[in-house]
Amino acid sequence: MASPTIPLTPVNLTAKDFKSDQEVRWCPGCGDYAILAAVQGFMPELGIPRENIVFVSGIGCSSRFPYYMNTYGMHSIHGRAPAIATGLSASRPDLSVWVVTGDGDALSIGGNHLIHALRRNVNLKILLFNNRIYGLTKGQYSPTSELGKITKSTPVGSNDAPFNPLSLALGAEATFVARTIDSDRKHLQSVLRAAAEHEGSAFVEIYQNCNIFNDGAFELIKDASTRDEHLIRLEQGQPITFGTDNRFSVVHPEGSFGLQVQEGGTPLVHDATVDDPAYAFALSRLSGSDLNTTPIGVFRNVRRPSYDELVQKQLQDARAQSTGTPEEMLGDLLSAGDTWTIM
Amino acid sequence: MAALAKRVEQLDRVVIRFAGDSGDGMQLTGDRFTSETAQLGNDISTLPNFPAEIRAPAGTLPGVSSFQVHFADYDILTPGDAPNVLVAMNPAALKANLVDLPAGADIIVNTDEFSKRNLAKVGYAVSPLEDGSLSEWSVHPVALTSMTVAALAGSGVPKKDAERAKNMFALGLLSWMYSRPFESTLRFLERKFAKRPELVAANKAAFQAGWNFGETTETFSVRYEVKPAKMAAGTYRNITGNAALALGLVAAGVRAKLPVFLGAYPITPASDILHELSKHKRFGITTMQAEDEIAAIGAALGASYGGALGVTTTSGPGVALKGETISLAIALELPLVIVDVQRAGPSTGMPTKTEQADLNMALYGRHGEAPLAVIAPKSPSDCFHAAIEAARIALTYRTPVILLSDNYVANGSEPWLLPEVSELPDLQVSFAAEPNGEDGRFLPYLRDPQTMARPWAIPGTPGLEHRIGGLEKADKTGDISYDPANHEFMVRTRAARIEQIPVPDVEVEDPDENARVLVLGWGSTYGPIGAACRALRQRGLPIAQAHLRHLAPLPANLGEVLKAYDKVIVPEMNLGQLAHVIRAKYLVDAVPFNQVSGLPFTAATLENMLEDVVKNG
Repeated sequence: MASPTIPLTPVNLTAKDFKSDQEVRWCPGCGDYAILAAVQGFMPELGIPRENIVFVSGIGCSSRFPYYMNTYGMHSIHGRAPAIATGLSASRPDLSVWVVTGDGDALSIGGNHLIHALRRNVNLKILLFNNRIYGLTKGQYSPTSELGKITKSTPVGSNDAPFNPLSLALGAEATFVARTIDSDRKHLQSVLRAAAEHEGSAFVEIYQNCNIFNDGAFELIKDASTRDEHLIRLEQGQPITFGTDNRFSVVHPEGSFGLQVQEGGTPLVHDATVDDPAYAFALSRLSGSDLNTTPIGVFRNVRRPSYDELVQKQLQDARAQSTGTPEEMLGDLLSAGDTWTIM
Repeated sequence: MAALAKRVEQLDRVVIRFAGDSGDGMQLTGDRFTSETAQLGNDISTLPNFPAEIRAPAGTLPGVSSFQVHFADYDILTPGDAPNVLVAMNPAALKANLVDLPAGADIIVNTDEFSKRNLAKVGYAVSPLEDGSLSEWSVHPVALTSMTVAALAGSGVPKKDAERAKNMFALGLLSWMYSRPFESTLRFLERKFAKRPELVAANKAAFQAGWNFGETTETFSVRYEVKPAKMAAGTYRNITGNAALALGLVAAGVRAKLPVFLGAYPITPASDILHELSKHKRFGITTMQAEDEIAAIGAALGASYGGALGVTTTSGPGVALKGETISLAIALELPLVIVDVQRAGPSTGMPTKTEQADLNMALYGRHGEAPLAVIAPKSPSDCFHAAIEAARIALTYRTPVILLSDNYVANGSEPWLLPEVSELPDLQVSFAAEPNGEDGRFLPYLRDPQTMARPWAIPGTPGLEHRIGGLEKADKTGDISYDPANHEFMVRTRAARIEQIPVPDVEVEDPDENARVLVLGWGSTYGPIGAACRALRQRGLPIAQAHLRHLAPLPANLGEVLKAYDKVIVPEMNLGQLAHVIRAKYLVDAVPFNQVSGLPFTAATLENMLEDVVKNG
């Protein structure tokens, strides 16, 4: 008996079908609205019945997300969404399980669960809304805030070096790693689509603007006047170039471990399916806190068996090798080993 | 070989303690002796006692590992207070255990290990075998190691392996002394060393040599017999509490017709439950060794949300880490079983020693008003039934349940009367399938009037899509609510739904019905308290015993029971945690009697204390 899989039945759903009856309560102008609309808008394309979709979140602004999706959902506790979702996904291969998290939730308090979910390659779609700030607790620096960031808890600047979420995910053996931006709906949806199609953990970092506590954090790559000089769009099978007239190329200089941006030269052709994670890692290192050269798109997309598949296979194999009803097997198990009978 | 004529003496009970270095295989030896004894039909109770270090420096006092087995021709309740026989494999084992040994007890010592160096390691200036300091005991010096090596000479087994088989020589000798059937041990050796036939032969030969030594030497003039105990008819096996608990979880899954999902992080003394359950995937049991204690319970809760019986197993430090997720489970009102195999704390404490000091944490150790059900098994075999009971409450009432085992019952063993599968409780529950509100709406917090449980609506069910979470929920709809009156109502409802879980009345054992003193215990103290009460009654001192399996909610008749006695004594392996609950809830002057040594109460300790109370009030 094969384990159940996510049903893909042609269902005629629209974005509206994915809107719950709850009033959306993010701050006006929050980037989360755009992400919510993009997710609701693209969900019908998946062809998955609503009842087979589950959104699990932790704590933070982004983690309110499940309340607004008319699917199954759980708003859990700080940092633990990947752990909870792992138990759900591994035991229910017929579900499409999405984790919605933020930079604090996923990378601070829940860092351990995030890396282990990726290591196991649990069949989860993890959407990390990165706004580089703690929003719900009103404006402290986060693990992705820039060094020296001045916030309520760091009045003279943060001494913490930030994480690069994509480098972290790749170091944790992630099989699918991507980055996108809240304001670019088309790109966001195309990345989500690729993530949904991936079997195993899909890690998507979404740059998201917090207009209250960290407004304009990603302006350099959003503003039409600066964007093209700093944003690198990764397209599978395409040379990695950007800037006016594609004047910049991403190249691999001889004798260097990493990649570099240079004017002119022979650009690398992007291939997210390269097995060696060093390539995607090198891409992830092109951007630092300054966003000066920031790739977006799918960095890595490789296939290895998901935790869910492996778990289900062991269960099936064990069942196939045994005979009898569960009650009969239980009777045998209880009386196994050295027994004696008293008349 | 012709056996010398040996006297055979009948005994009604014997306590043997095998003691040696951590690497001497004493746990295995004790375990095999126990199994042979069980085969004979004696009642048995065992107490393994070992250090947390895997291999402490050889020959030192901290490295001593022991295994005590008590067997009798009648039903017994404890592993025995004082050994009749001590098998000491080295000077450290002798020194560490002498204090427990009553005068006249037999000591079998491995003289080969009594070298100057080994004696010095434990502070013996002169060998106690030679200075007359052991004169109050009956000492049997046996060159266990060299005789084992001699017996295996020419077998082709390297000397090191031959020396390691000395525990089988000791087992053979003891098996002879107490007329134990040994076939199961030979079969065990074949299984254990299946891949190394030369070791099967060597260990069998060592066992045989020990047996033959007993039969031929003049060191031992008497053989003993202990007749089978009169026990209820049926088929038995010897089982430890951890094994019984794991089987109880398997049984719960079968009887609930649900997959079991265990999320666990290795921790002493609970890891054996993970090991055992990981072998039973054919029952649809998934075991996940999580990255930490928090992930372990998180994954279990996620599986429960998806319609499995979620379980997490740990010890006290792990429960502390799981606290936030337990509170989430309380808010979500989902089934979850949390097994706490208690050990001596705080912090890392003494991981291989027992204690009952997590009761307060189980009852209260969470933020906010976060009530749940708590139950505790009273003996190794009872762990099986307690696990099923924990699952039953979790599934029926949609609540986390904490099952408070402890190291004493977890690693101790006793005969277990095997139950009929068909007679185990039916734990089947149904998932919600239809909307339950007006206009086809689904109300995830609309309660069953009987159980106060909310519907278990699992993902994959069309039409019941809903959102739940840790934020306060409006009654019935489950929507986020900050309404003051709603919060008040929900807090009180969560308390009431645990309080109203029907649990069986507590039974009082007061055979002469004239006792004025009641001993109230919970969990693993059942055996020593029972043995002490029995001893007092045999001496004409009336005493009543009541034992709690359900700690939350407490049995409805408990207040009445407590008030029927002049004096209530509460022995616990903590500093009075249940006694506090009893005093607060029932305004009864419950008197705590506490021991926190890491070791279980002896029956004698409790007997002395209770005798004083019964006689002097």
